[in-house]
Amino acid sequence: MIEGIFVEGLIYGIMVLGVFISFRILDFPDLTVDGSFPLGAALMVQCLLLGMNGWLALLVAFAGGVLAGVVTALIHNHLRVPNLLAGILTMTMLYSINIRILGNRANVPILDQSTILKQVTEKFTGIIPDDYILLVFFVIVALVVKVLLDLFFRTDLGMTMGAMGNNEQMVISQGVNPKTLKTIGVGLSNGLVAISGAFAAQYLGFADVGLGQGIIVSGLASVMIGEFLVLKSNRIGVLTLCALAGSVCFYAVMYVGRFYGYVIHMTPSDLNLIKGVLIIALLIATQAKKLKVPFKVAK
Amino acid sequence: MIELKNVSIVFGQGTVNENKALNNINLKVKEGDFITIIGSNGAGKSTLFNTIAGTYVPSEGQIFANDKNVTRDPEYKRAKYIGRIFQNPLLGTAGNMSLEDNMTITHKKGMKWLRRSLNSKTREMFRQQLVQLKMGLEYRMKENLVMFSGGQRQALTLLMMVLSKPSLILLDEHTAALDPKNAEIVLELTNKFISEYHLTAMMITHNMTHAIEFGNRLLMMDGGEIIFDIEGEEKKALTVEKLIQKFHELRHKTFENDRTLLAED
Repeated sequence: MIEGIFVEGLIYGIMVLGVFISFRILDFPDLTVDGSFPLGAALMVQCLLLGMNGWLALLVAFAGGVLAGVVTALIHNHLRVPNLLAGILTMTMLYSINIRILGNRANVPILDQSTILKQVTEKFTGIIPDDYILLVFFVIVALVVKVLLDLFFRTDLGMTMGAMGNNEQMVISQGVNPKTLKTIGVGLSNGLVAISGAFAAQYLGFADVGLGQGIIVSGLASVMIGEFLVLKSNRIGVLTLCALAGSVCFYAVMYVGRFYGYVIHMTPSDLNLIKGVLIIALLIATQAKKLKVPFKVAK
Repeated sequence: MIELKNVSIVFGQGTVNENKALNNINLKVKEGDFITIIGSNGAGKSTLFNTIAGTYVPSEGQIFANDKNVTRDPEYKRAKYIGRIFQNPLLGTAGNMSLEDNMTITHKKGMKWLRRSLNSKTREMFRQQLVQLKMGLEYRMKENLVMFSGGQRQALTLLMMVLSKPSLILLDEHTAALDPKNAEIVLELTNKFISEYHLTAMMITHNMTHAIEFGNRLLMMDGGEIIFDIEGEEKKALTVEKLIQKFHELRHKTFENDRTLLAED
């Protein structure tokens, strides 16, 4: 059971990293995520059904996610639509697109296709105890993504993106078009979300058009838990690690809710309420934390 | 350098609130000019800066930079050769990032790519530049800028802007939000950098003494117009009294109400 929690937390952790980029680094509340997560799942499943290699399918899913994010950024940049609304527009359109990708069906299972997870399990059977193969695999995957992100945000481009989320005027003053940065950033964020969706589809054994419902709330809650866990830091390596840890914690709570919630007569449909209440509780707790720090406001 | 030809800016055109913020401005900024700009609130000083920098597109007229028409160029494009410092000392730097990260982003203008230019060599270069500020910041390069005072951040913004070698710098009352001591330090640094690096600069100030003391040219604005443009020896001979008298002559309005705004020190 415990390894199941970790695997789930790490799979969704890649999505949480994406949400962290848009919400925290870019200061761009992006709701495309609810559409790009099932998009990644749908692309993965459909590519596998077409007989494509799993890793290649993962690349296709990533590209699809990037494209979705770019569409949101373009709507926001060029039509002067608020970022929230731009995300909702893309997300809504993606619902139809996802069903199209799945061949006009809402749910498509993966049956005998050789998924990445199956290949990995086969390869390492006997070397690592069966129960832990996927755990080890996803620890590696999540860490690789995390380290690549850390490296990215230490380059000039990544740093400038961080500065934009903090102070857009500063970036403009440097002769950098913030629209370009937003397009790259939101694209990257949704690419990660789609990768997460692609892994989730393999883990669950199907792609469902409703897979992404409320995923943004889960992602945000995870980011906030992660921030709550660790003292304030501005080191990107610490921040991304917090996001992953937050994800594991959040999905542990959800796991417990799903399997032991019946004790207090909870049904799976109550989980969304729990997520929302969790976020509100975190907001209150963060506010209380902030009030203790004296803040200097300059005009 | 920079030239404005018949530039007008009208806000809320065609509405009851129509407001002509700039009225047919003609201005030629020559290379090496250090222009101080005075005028009461609402005279159009900041609007003039916003128009030169590209935040506002003129309703009429054209703007030229090095003989190239840049009237329709967006702000970020013009920022490659126009440096700008705002009254708010927080606008020039990213508070949640370290000093060295901030300098990495700002030491060169233009789009950044996947290079990492922060290394021991650039770090050493930043350190040497920071020494010029005489604030001890060279020992605090890993600290986040939220820990720094407004004066320190404004001095940094100034330094980083100078490093990027702009052809024109716009200073919009950049010392007004600082305490008197820091304001003086930043102003001195400004003067030092402008003369050392031979920068072309425009500076808005509410302080008439500063306007007279600094620079080689002085503009006085009122009602969206440049009503007085003086340079060279003539400017050197100016006094606060003469300025007020001049305003009265030109506008037939009393300046008395503005004396509170245009501090004499």
